[in-house]
Amino acid sequence: MTAAAVETLHTDQLDALESEAIHIMREVAGEFDRPVILFSGGKDSMLLVHLARKAFWPAPIPFPVLHVDTGHNFDEVIAFRDAVVERYGLELEVARVQDYIDDGRLEERADGTRNPLQTTPLLDAIAEHRHDAVFGGGRRDEERARAKERVFSLRNAFGQWEPSRQRPELWNLYNGRHKPAEHVRVFPLSNFTELDVWRYIRREGIELPSIYYAHTREVFSRDGMWLTSGPWFGPRDDEEVVAKTVRYRTVGDGSCTGAVESDASTLDEVLDEVRESRLTERGATRADDRLSEAAMEDRKREGYF
Amino acid sequence: MPDLLKLATAGSVDDGKSTLVGRLLYDTKSVLADQMEAVERATQGGGDPDLSLLVDGLRSEREQGITIDVAYRYFATPRRSFVLADTPGHVQYTRNTVTGASTAALAVLLVDARAGIIEQTRRHVAVMGLLRVPRLVLAVNKMDLVDHDENTYWRIAKEFFGLTEALGYAEEDVVAIPLSAKKGDNVVLRSDNTPWYEGPTLLEHLESVPVAGADHSAPLRFPVQYVVRPRTESHPDYRGYAGLIAAGTVRAGDEVMVLPDGQRTRVEGIDTFDGELDAAHDGQSVVLRLADDLGIARGAVIAAPGAPEPVTEFDATLAWLHEKPLKPGARLLLKHGTRTVQALVGAVTHRLDTETLTLDEDPGELAINDMGQVSLTVSEPLPLDDYDVVAATGSFLLVDPQAGDTLGAGLVGRPLVAAALD
Repeated sequence: MTAAAVETLHTDQLDALESEAIHIMREVAGEFDRPVILFSGGKDSMLLVHLARKAFWPAPIPFPVLHVDTGHNFDEVIAFRDAVVERYGLELEVARVQDYIDDGRLEERADGTRNPLQTTPLLDAIAEHRHDAVFGGGRRDEERARAKERVFSLRNAFGQWEPSRQRPELWNLYNGRHKPAEHVRVFPLSNFTELDVWRYIRREGIELPSIYYAHTREVFSRDGMWLTSGPWFGPRDDEEVVAKTVRYRTVGDGSCTGAVESDASTLDEVLDEVRESRLTERGATRADDRLSEAAMEDRKREGYF
Repeated sequence: MPDLLKLATAGSVDDGKSTLVGRLLYDTKSVLADQMEAVERATQGGGDPDLSLLVDGLRSEREQGITIDVAYRYFATPRRSFVLADTPGHVQYTRNTVTGASTAALAVLLVDARAGIIEQTRRHVAVMGLLRVPRLVLAVNKMDLVDHDENTYWRIAKEFFGLTEALGYAEEDVVAIPLSAKKGDNVVLRSDNTPWYEGPTLLEHLESVPVAGADHSAPLRFPVQYVVRPRTESHPDYRGYAGLIAAGTVRAGDEVMVLPDGQRTRVEGIDTFDGELDAAHDGQSVVLRLADDLGIARGAVIAAPGAPEPVTEFDATLAWLHEKPLKPGARLLLKHGTRTVQALVGAVTHRLDTETLTLDEDPGELAINDMGQVSLTVSEPLPLDDYDVVAATGSFLLVDPQAGDTLGAGLVGRPLVAAALD
């Protein structure tokens, strides 16, 4: 197959994925009263914002964005988040884990990881703003528990995902009916793979936080991952800090999101690297998913993203 | 040639389906190192890695050793990308087969070479045939356990071809491949153990099978999802109708009718974020501007002139998906395209006997996993097509008005009666 033919192949595929995602977003706008987009400034949530702009153009995005802020942020990502909100005139809601720790509703974990603490602030924010549909950037290729996720994923009043209540999804008819206090998580990127995401970012010229590209950073090794040095993240006394050229494949809580050694400083180089990678995005960079074989299944039942 | 093949797999619980899917992923190098390490750690008693562990996702399934829900897998070769709906085979989960089949361009059905065609296979073929999945593959698995015996293969293949012919499949749309998912024979790599087999390996077939492209020549059907009214300084008076083209092609300037009311107007423009288009076809999400303001809202269908008259009473084939049985007189919600209306169930006239693929008359009700023929009355006229003519506007869901559960999947017309054996 020629390079040009391969390029056409990817174009058709990305068009189909884009049309599907736009269709899903419009279904939600048509059937729900108070949708919201989960928006961290990471690449998947940035895709959601971009697709929402396309779905409702020439009108502005008809719903707000919600950031669950662990307080363990990369400065570059927060600055990027704010710039995007400003540029597109979005309404930003922030649920802060730090507030919950400060007033004792949540307790800092011994390992310092705050990802598991996000669930309560997220559910409180959904309840407070009475959101009935919550867009997430989850993809089915991410890991095994997500491979069975619906596009419309019903959550009970406690935000929990109950396997037996998930509805069969046929054709492109999505059933968003829910009872008061229940809500539906919606995943427009369900059928994107990590490689599709990067191809789409390149095709659409979507801007991302700089930490997705190779840069020099002070890091230390923990559980086989390069974690960043910083006020919250460590290192502990026995962990040696070194300067490395790294980039991030996912952006999450700094205490459990690992960098990968990489020289990929441009979009094309990142694409090459993703294509060649022998590790999954989460396996490479998320300490929390490594905790147990069924880690994601458990957290999803608890109301995590 | 289409670059993306959506396929579904179906098989009985012991046919080795998870192993086959795991083998496809593994041999196409779609399995990454950390996933493989996890499988090797989890394989009981050492030895060759148990590839089924790559795809058995939920802990509850691993404990029971079965798969209980549709899982979607993604793999690619240089020739094609694949989205695989991996549907469970256990008898009480047939509803998942229906789900997988609803979007599949090809279905792979598994049988155990030692057992041959069993009731579950018949049921799966009936589902695939009913939903008009365009192409079928029979994977005759575990050939290693029957000494790669050619006669065993042919006996099973011929029985299968008999079934598919009865369901209306043309010969060229059905193949049967002898393979061993566990050993890798004829899945990706050609096997030396079946020198008598001259056909393609499973992956060769998946990569090369012509897939009927979208039919752009079908009559236009455009269910309106959302009315775009920016009321901004740059677009103070803009009004556009957003949707995904369900069937056919639309061109700027086309005469169209708006259903269910039937008003005529003209397409003034086709808008997207990336610019105006002269034409767009099924599968594309666009915004249409119309020449007249007809007060159109979500739920309307913009269609080519000549679309069937909207109806309030019609026949449909149902796949029943819920533990709660369907009984005549039930009051339900019906979701068709972007419109949800009330529906009243009339007579349940037929049910498919999946052992014989013949029809039972007046079964009284439909239980979970049943397929049957019903008559329905709806509260507002619906712009329906026969499923066999335009699948996208010939399909619908039945929903429980209280619990909100999806109860059944409907195909407009009488495809069940057409598909059953005499």
